[in-house]
Amino acid sequence: MRHTISVLVENKFGVLARVAGLFSGRGFNIDSLSVAETQDPTASRMTIVTRGDDQIVEQITKQLNKLINVIKVTDFTGEDVVQRELALVRVHASPENRAELLGIVDIFRCKVVDVSPRSYTLEVTGDQNKIEALLEILQPLGIKEVVRSGRAAIARARDSRG
Amino acid sequence: MSAKSTPVKKSGAEILIESLIRENVTHLFGYPGGVILGVYDVLFSSPLQHLFVRHEQGGVHAADGYARASGRPGVALVTSGPGATNAVTGIATAYMDSIPLVILTGQVPTQLIGNDAFQEADIVGITRPCVKHSYLVKDVKDVAETIQEAFYIATTGRPGPVLVDLPKDVLTNKTEPRWREKIELRSYNPTYKGHPKQIQRAAEMLAEAERPVVLVGGGVIASNAAEETLELIQATRVPVTCTLMGLGGFPGTHELSLGMLGMHGTYAANLAISHADLILALGARFDDRVTGKVDEFATGAKIIQVDIDPTSISKNVRAHLPIVGDVKNVLRDLLPHVRPGKTDWQAKHQPWLTQVRDWQTEQPLSYKLDAKTIKPQYVVEKIWELSRGEAIICTEVGQNQMWTAQFYKFAHPRSFITSGGLGTMGFGLPAAIGAQVAFPDRLVVDIAGDGSIQMNIQEMMTAVQYRLPVKVVILNNGFLCMVRQWQELFYDKRYSSTCLSCAPDFVKLAEAYGATGLRATRPEEVVPTLERAFATPGPVMVDMRVSPEENVYPMVPAGASLKKMILI
Repeated sequence: MRHTISVLVENKFGVLARVAGLFSGRGFNIDSLSVAETQDPTASRMTIVTRGDDQIVEQITKQLNKLINVIKVTDFTGEDVVQRELALVRVHASPENRAELLGIVDIFRCKVVDVSPRSYTLEVTGDQNKIEALLEILQPLGIKEVVRSGRAAIARARDSRG
Repeated sequence: MSAKSTPVKKSGAEILIESLIRENVTHLFGYPGGVILGVYDVLFSSPLQHLFVRHEQGGVHAADGYARASGRPGVALVTSGPGATNAVTGIATAYMDSIPLVILTGQVPTQLIGNDAFQEADIVGITRPCVKHSYLVKDVKDVAETIQEAFYIATTGRPGPVLVDLPKDVLTNKTEPRWREKIELRSYNPTYKGHPKQIQRAAEMLAEAERPVVLVGGGVIASNAAEETLELIQATRVPVTCTLMGLGGFPGTHELSLGMLGMHGTYAANLAISHADLILALGARFDDRVTGKVDEFATGAKIIQVDIDPTSISKNVRAHLPIVGDVKNVLRDLLPHVRPGKTDWQAKHQPWLTQVRDWQTEQPLSYKLDAKTIKPQYVVEKIWELSRGEAIICTEVGQNQMWTAQFYKFAHPRSFITSGGLGTMGFGLPAAIGAQVAFPDRLVVDIAGDGSIQMNIQEMMTAVQYRLPVKVVILNNGFLCMVRQWQELFYDKRYSSTCLSCAPDFVKLAEAYGATGLRATRPEEVVPTLERAFATPGPVMVDMRVSPEENVYPMVPAGASLKKMILI
């Protein structure tokens, strides 16, 4: 089962290497990883998508917490969470499939960010399901290259109502 | 009228030494080199005692032995490149056994880092998986605080080695040093107190159990909780077994002590743990040497696991009741629940204690004495008798280590110094040197094998130079005997590369270093030779020619259940 783990870390030299090293050293897998500074420039956030059963994920969470520079670890799986990824897709574009391609672009609310005589490059953001669905639909048209980002995730606000 | 004081600027090297003194460091073990010379220059006229070892690995092991014996952080100082890489085995050894060390490594100047400079090594990168934490100091302004943080991290929570990499220019640059009043890290907050509800539940579970066992691990010693553990056992009359790292955490001479458990544990300890209905594990991580086949480990028992490190809990074996906290604190909070006389513990446990006693008499640790050949187990027993169980005993790795664990009944914590987790051959001699530095007036013995002793033999020079009267007793059987045992039992006696008959004359070797060399070849020579060794001032090396045919029993083959012990 895939888990999205959000790790708040001290923005210090070597912290990314430590986290990556932890995963590789203990045989945990990283499906995707994204990291950037937060509002607090002394802290960064890493969002890691990993896979494993409950016991493995429990170990991953505990081992991450054990790292000296890790401030907080949150397992977003199953929580009320907004998740987004970005993909840039270069698709083969011919006079025959151009109309269909643009129709797909419209349905998925992507943007065309580059055009050449034989290809269109699309930019799409959305959750994992949307990205996977788009790639599946585009497959028969001929995907030349895909570049995907890691995942950004944020918990839904739990403001009280009324 | 006060004179206006000019802020005093000090070099990184001076700040480093002053920081160590502020941390109450008195001794450090090291080996100089190019980039670290600035520090050695300051050391030359500082009150710190530096021991110049003969190999950086020996230096780190010595700092490690010092830390294990004294409970204080050990400090090692090495240069960049090969100096740092030579320290790696020592660092990994300390990491696996959770020993507080601060390792200071020199580094090439900051502008050369990453250039494949002379004697450059990315030691922070190389040791990342085997340190508790590490630092590369890039600015002299950070030296003071980094050292404070390093000591704080090394000695708190679950202890461990912390590496501080110091580039040459950082050590020569100058600044006005500033130390913090208190070190607080928002990202590092170990839990020291156990949850009161969990502790109460633990007391209830103890009272309900009919076949309980207390498992003492290295955490009891790290936590200095031997007194509380003894009090708990006196109150509840529960039999006790220790892991290799826990030996000494509960007196091996106590009537309720079952000895060590696990791969080479005693028959009674392994059966007790296998048939228990409750295991109270104190500071133990359920390593594979202890559990044997994990699926078949203590299947009928509920496990209460007390540990300061949450990652150890339920990592290998499921803990039914986890208690995260410092063992000493948890026991202190637990004792009031079990002390009052609501339960007649002795009467309740009598049937179980009788069963356990039967197992002990059924298969005690034993070996056959011989008129002509010295038995290695006999040597260990005599060392125990002659030292009255009061020595600090270091070991190497292999049969020497296991027989010491079995036949030397450790009564006090911090008296058994051995590389448990990593199993590093060559650890014993330098560790003994470190322990002797911590306790100059105690008897310190390194029980070694002929293979292991050659791995850091050069440290005999350190012992001689600093007049550290360590006694090295080599159980010399001409073989890498633990491996030979495995080859005998599992590889049809194909003794591939385990014969060490091509060996130096250890007596002459000791004398070449300026130490005393003694030899015994017959059983009647053992006691007189040991007595002579212990009475001789200065370092002594004893070449005990022992039988090469002895195996360590009991033995649980790797991957087998603890109940499937091979006995004599």
